[in-house]
Formats: sequence, C-alpha cells, structure tokens
Amino acid sequence: MYDKPLPIIDSDSRPYWDACKEGKLLIQYSKSADKYFFYPRPFVPGTGERDVEWVEASGEGTIYSFTIAERAGPAFQEDAPFVVAVIELKEGPRMLSNIRTDKPYDVKIGDKVKVYFDKVTDEVTLPKFDLV
Amino acid sequence: MSNRTPVIVGVADVPLRKGMVLDGANVLNIQANAALEALDSAGLTLADVDGLMVTGMWAVPGPGQLMSVTMAEYLGIHPTFHDCTNIGGSTFEIFVARAAMAIEAGQAETVLILYGSTQKSEQSRNLAGRAPVFNMQYETPSGMPTPVGGYAMAMQRHMHEYGSTPETLAEIAVATRKWAKMNENATKRDDLTIDDVMNSPVISSPLRLRDCCLVTDGGGAVVVTTKERAKDLKKKPIYIKGYGECATHWHIAQMPDMANLDVARIAGERAFKMAGMKHSDIDITQVYDSFTVTVLLTLEALGFAKPGEGKDLVANQNTAPGGNFPLNTSGGGLSYAHPGMYGIFLLIEAAQQLWGECGERQVAGVRTALCHGTGGTLSSGATCILSTEEG
Repeated sequence: MYDKPLPIIDSDSRPYWDACKEGKLLIQYSKSADKYFFYPRPFVPGTGERDVEWVEASGEGTIYSFTIAERAGPAFQEDAPFVVAVIELKEGPRMLSNIRTDKPYDVKIGDKVKVYFDKVTDEVTLPKFDLV
Repeated sequence: MSNRTPVIVGVADVPLRKGMVLDGANVLNIQANAALEALDSAGLTLADVDGLMVTGMWAVPGPGQLMSVTMAEYLGIHPTFHDCTNIGGSTFEIFVARAAMAIEAGQAETVLILYGSTQKSEQSRNLAGRAPVFNMQYETPSGMPTPVGGYAMAMQRHMHEYGSTPETLAEIAVATRKWAKMNENATKRDDLTIDDVMNSPVISSPLRLRDCCLVTDGGGAVVVTTKERAKDLKKKPIYIKGYGECATHWHIAQMPDMANLDVARIAGERAFKMAGMKHSDIDITQVYDSFTVTVLLTLEALGFAKPGEGKDLVANQNTAPGGNFPLNTSGGGLSYAHPGMYGIFLLIEAAQQLWGECGERQVAGVRTALCHGTGGTLSSGATCILSTEEG
C-alpha cells in the first residue's frame, strides 16, 4: 500500500492529474501571450490572459537543479538516497519531480530527461523522469 | 524628520537551555516575558503599548489564527493597531517597516513586535513536506526534504553557474560558530572546523548537517515608538533608515532564478535607496542563516559581493570575529538559536550591537546595521537598515 502524501486534487488540477493517469503530461498554453506555463491555472500567471488551453507536453526536458535526499520526511526515509529535481521542460516551464536512477551521485545539472508515469494508486499517477 | 520619526527603543529574547525554553514555559508565556523585558529595558510598560504585531506557527487550533488577538488578551491590552502578517522568517523585518509606517501615519504610538516558538520542546519539526494541497500538490509528493531540499537545489545551481563549492559554505558555518563562542546565550558553542563541517553527514546534497540551522525554541520582542517618546526613555533611539521587501514563489519550482536571490536583491535595493546609503556605510550585517547557502545567496543579492563572488567575501574567515565583514554576530541560526522563524533575532542582535551591549562579541564603533530576513524556501526577503544616527 502506498503510504506517501498524495496530491489533493482540485478544480484547477483535475485535468492535469486525469491526463497523468492516461500517460499524458499536460501543460497550459496561451496563444495571445504565446506562453506555456505550469502549474495549472485558468489564466496566464503575471499577465492574466484567459485564452488558456491544455496541451500535451513532449515530456522531454533537462535538469535545472537537483538534490539527493539522504534524509527525508518519515514517509520517504526508506527510499533515501533519492533524487528530487527541478526539470525544465522543452516547452519552457519548470516542474518538480523525481529522477529514477541507481546512481544518484552521477546526476548532473543539464542532464536530459524524459517523463514516465508512476501509477501509485488507482486515483493518482505521478509524472517522474528517467535520464536519457 | 518630525518628532513622529519611528525609532527602536527596546529588544529582548528569552533564555534557552539546550535549545529549549526554561521550565517548559508555553508559547504565550515566553512572548510575554520577552515583551516585559524589552519594554522594561526601554523604560516603558504594557500600558504604553497601542500596537501589536505577532506572527508564528502556533495558534489556537481550528479556523483562524488570530495571533495578535490572542496575545493582546494574554497581555491584557487593547491595541488599536494590529498586524499578523506572515511571509515566513522575514516577517519581522517587514513588521519594523509596518510599525514605522503606522507610527508616521499617527496610527500607533508604541508598537510591540513579538515572536515565540516551543518547537524544540514539543519536538514538532521534521523534514516532511507541506500539506499536498494547492501549489504544494506539485511539490510534496516528490518527497523533497523540506525546506532543506529547496535550499540544496539553490546551492547546486549556484555551484553550476559560479563554481562555488561546499567549502565555501563551510567557511560560513565556522565563522558563525566563532561568534557563537563569544555569546554565552548561544546554543552551540563547541569548536567547529572546516573539516568538521565537510565530514558532517549529507542531509540533502550538497548540504550537510552543519550547513543547516539549529532546531530550537525561542522568543523575542522589539519595541518601536516615536523619537518624541524616546526622549524620556532609557535607550538611545535606533533610527529605521530604510526598508524593502519582495516575494516571488512558495513552490520551489516557481523560483525565478535558483542561483540568484531576486527577493533579496529587490528588497535590498529598495532599502538602500530609501536610506540614501551605500554598502560601505554599513558597519555590521545580520542576514538570515537558515542554511549556509542562504547567507551566500543573500550577500551576493544584497550587493555586498557580485554574483558568484560571495565565495571571496566569506573566504579565509573574513566574516568571523576579527575579519573585515562582521556577519551574524550572535552566532546566527546556525549556532545561536533557530526557533522556526528567526528574523526577529536579526533585529535584536543588531540593536544590541548598536547600543554597544554585546560584551565580548561587541564590534567596535557600530553605528549602522543591515538586517535581512528570508522566509519560506528562499521565497520572501525583507531588509531593514538601522542606525543610531538620524541624519
């Protein structure tokens, strides 16, 4: 049984988490602002354009920064050491996730990564990343 | 400047033993003790207080936090100016700014700023993330040790862009410990070497145990009133020359630039501009040291060093006693105390240095001090520039 914290899904995030269950990574795009962004909101953060559409991201990106957690909260300690990273998606937005690797101390900023989907419960699938 | 010019006239903190408040005192009790001591040191009483500013991580459970209301009742006062803003550990620097604005506007005469925490006594802190709701639904499921993981990623990025190293951070931890050794109230006063820091266990790479602040209890108070009122009081007034604040993110992946601390750059620029001062005018600097990397990023962002050159500013124990850049002279959150939200202790140490009350660790000839608080996960920053000279 998965006993780690799960996202509390809300009206903004429902389409995003639903898509994860189908193996799709959704971000949002505004044509008038010509901007991709993440996390989900019904307007462009900072400028407010409302012509926001969901688009499927390539799932490709690079590691903008990362840390190797040797110590973690009670629910995660058994997984240590594990990699937490800020991924810069090819489309521009950044997101926080985990990198799947047996050699955490070999991970570097700038490494290319590709999304995979980790179905942790029937309700929640988390997007995570592999080194490519 | 009018006689309504706001000035700091009293500060106090509460004694700790092994990082815990004495006699298992509760969080209201320790704040009241700090308040009474700060007021008494100024020559004021509770009856003089008409403004109350309180923030923290305690509250009566259930809807609403109402911290200033709770504390006002406990103190037995009926304030006509309240503020319970919370932008993290930097809140106290913006409290000074807001107290100054309220006093200048005639909305308050004497403002009491309070903080208390009994997190160590209660053993209420761990590395678990924030509740996975709203923006944290995209952060907490990653298991990022919180908040250290966010700071660790900032250091990783800084190392990548500028070639700083873990040894850079160890210099900061060691220099800060040297100040703590001269402060009998500091929690950690044993010897600490660069090797000790480098050999301490990794918590969240590249940050090690000795890069992290302590987890302690603590309480403090700061009293702000008018220059006119201060004429009859015991302390030389401390003028609030400039202030500034900024926040950019709460979820770490939303931080605009992880190697450059925008919030501190913007807050510092606003404070220096308001004060009409330059960096060379600052005698001592107190910056929030939740982690060693917080100090490195803050010094660069405030302009004490160019981006990437903070490593040169902190090299060779330059920020330690006897160095050219007196920094975090109480021993900081790394070695003095860190009760969750540290920002009030930056102000307390700055004031005591400006009054020449710091005994063995007193820096000679201090006339100006810069305090910079950081809140959240490098989320918010707030600067105050203080001086014993009005002009």
